[in-house]
Amino acid sequence: FFVQTHSLQDLQQPAVSSKVFIQRDYSSGTICKFQTKFPSELESRLDKQQFEETIQTLNNLYAEAEKLGGKSYLEGCLACLTAYTIFLCMETHYEKVLKKIARYIKDQNEKIYAPRGLLLTDPIERGLRVVEITIFEDRSIGSGR
Amino acid sequence: MKNCEYQQIDPRALSVSPSSAQNHTEKKAQRPRRKWEVFPGKNRFFCDGRIILARQSGVLPLTLGLIVVTCGLFFAFDCPFLVEHLTVFIPVIGGVLFVFVVISLLRTSFTDPGILPRATPDEAADIEKQIDTSGSSTYRPPPRTKEILINQQVVKLKYCFTCKMFRPPRTSHCSLCDNCVERFDHHCPWVGNCVGKRNYRFFYSFIISLSFLTSFIFGCVITHITLLIDDMVMLSCLDSSLCTVVELVICFFSIWSILGLSGFHTYLVASNLTTNEDIKGSWSSKRGAEDSGNPYSYNSIMTNCCVTLCGPMPPSLIDRRGLLPPDEATPAASASDIELPLFAAKNDTHMVG
Repeated sequence: FFVQTHSLQDLQQPAVSSKVFIQRDYSSGTICKFQTKFPSELESRLDKQQFEETIQTLNNLYAEAEKLGGKSYLEGCLACLTAYTIFLCMETHYEKVLKKIARYIKDQNEKIYAPRGLLLTDPIERGLRVVEITIFEDRSIGSGR
Repeated sequence: MKNCEYQQIDPRALSVSPSSAQNHTEKKAQRPRRKWEVFPGKNRFFCDGRIILARQSGVLPLTLGLIVVTCGLFFAFDCPFLVEHLTVFIPVIGGVLFVFVVISLLRTSFTDPGILPRATPDEAADIEKQIDTSGSSTYRPPPRTKEILINQQVVKLKYCFTCKMFRPPRTSHCSLCDNCVERFDHHCPWVGNCVGKRNYRFFYSFIISLSFLTSFIFGCVITHITLLIDDMVMLSCLDSSLCTVVELVICFFSIWSILGLSGFHTYLVASNLTTNEDIKGSWSSKRGAEDSGNPYSYNSIMTNCCVTLCGPMPPSLIDRRGLLPPDEATPAASASDIELPLFAAKNDTHMVG
């Protein structure tokens, strides 16, 4: 990598203007699902459509992680038979999907959210309680507008 | 803000750029700390955050001790006799059960039960704001509840003052560990940890295998004593028969409680309930005139069992071994925020449970 020389202006990262928290939706039980209601603070920055698509994809990914089916039962039974020592060497299905989610969020941030001065935080860092969207102050530095 | 700018000129902070995350952590004056070192709950951590225990794990050594001593006596005194008189499979079965019991016990004790990390200050402020707009302006408002619909049934979510968030359904705050635990069952002093979503299956396999082990040893000991009486040699081998009697006493007293507990938990698993809900009678029909019934149950014993015991293993939410993010004073928020998912993902591969 190369070292970039920064001027003081560039070092001043855009200041955080506010944060929006998308809460969990418990209407279907305890599975991990987030509300798709579009928050009013984002109205000036983002399309409702895009937001809903992001949240819906996230919900689908979490549903895939927690899906009950032949594969997860097999994993559970195998784990039980090996006295759960198998988890020491194998990655669980849930963890694999979490990595997928992290990649998806990074991708969304780069393509859609960062150009609009927003940042999605991976819910796993907030204990799967909220999707935190940080709204940066609208400055013209490096926002590519 | 002027102070922050001054700190940015600090050469250590200048190394903060997206591709030099590793250098950044090495150049920090002090060793980077892991999140478990600043964990707010009353837990103890070992092996650099890999193992988690409640603060008061007083009875766990006793549980382990009882199991090991009883099995030790069994292998030393009963097995030689029974191998002669019956079959060589007796110590084999005993050994397998013993190993299973100890592994399940250790997994239950050392696994994160499903602790929810406390709300960040921003989140807490956001929730407070949402609540204040709807009413009271007293300094310490009364316990707040939020009603939601789960599968067409009204469920009340309570606000946790310690963790500063609305508890998800089936979550309860354990006062001994000072943590909110998901699908909180109970705090087991014998195991030295809470039993919650992530370690319930280990707990269940522990008590089931312990029931089998205790019954097995009990059966063998009874057989041994019966055979000894038949052979009329009991008086001549007082030492070994004394140990056998000790085992008999221990097994006799523990078998009732353990079998009872196993039966109770089997009922809970089949109806997808937690001990907490059962004791409080949250879903019993006496409570309200409205439709009550467990909204989480799948109304099929097989499905309930599979879901509770063989369902996917959720990850630990507290990220014990993650490195603490750099100080919030330097406004390098976006750079470190994008780095943090990579850090967490890297560490996740090392995190077991």
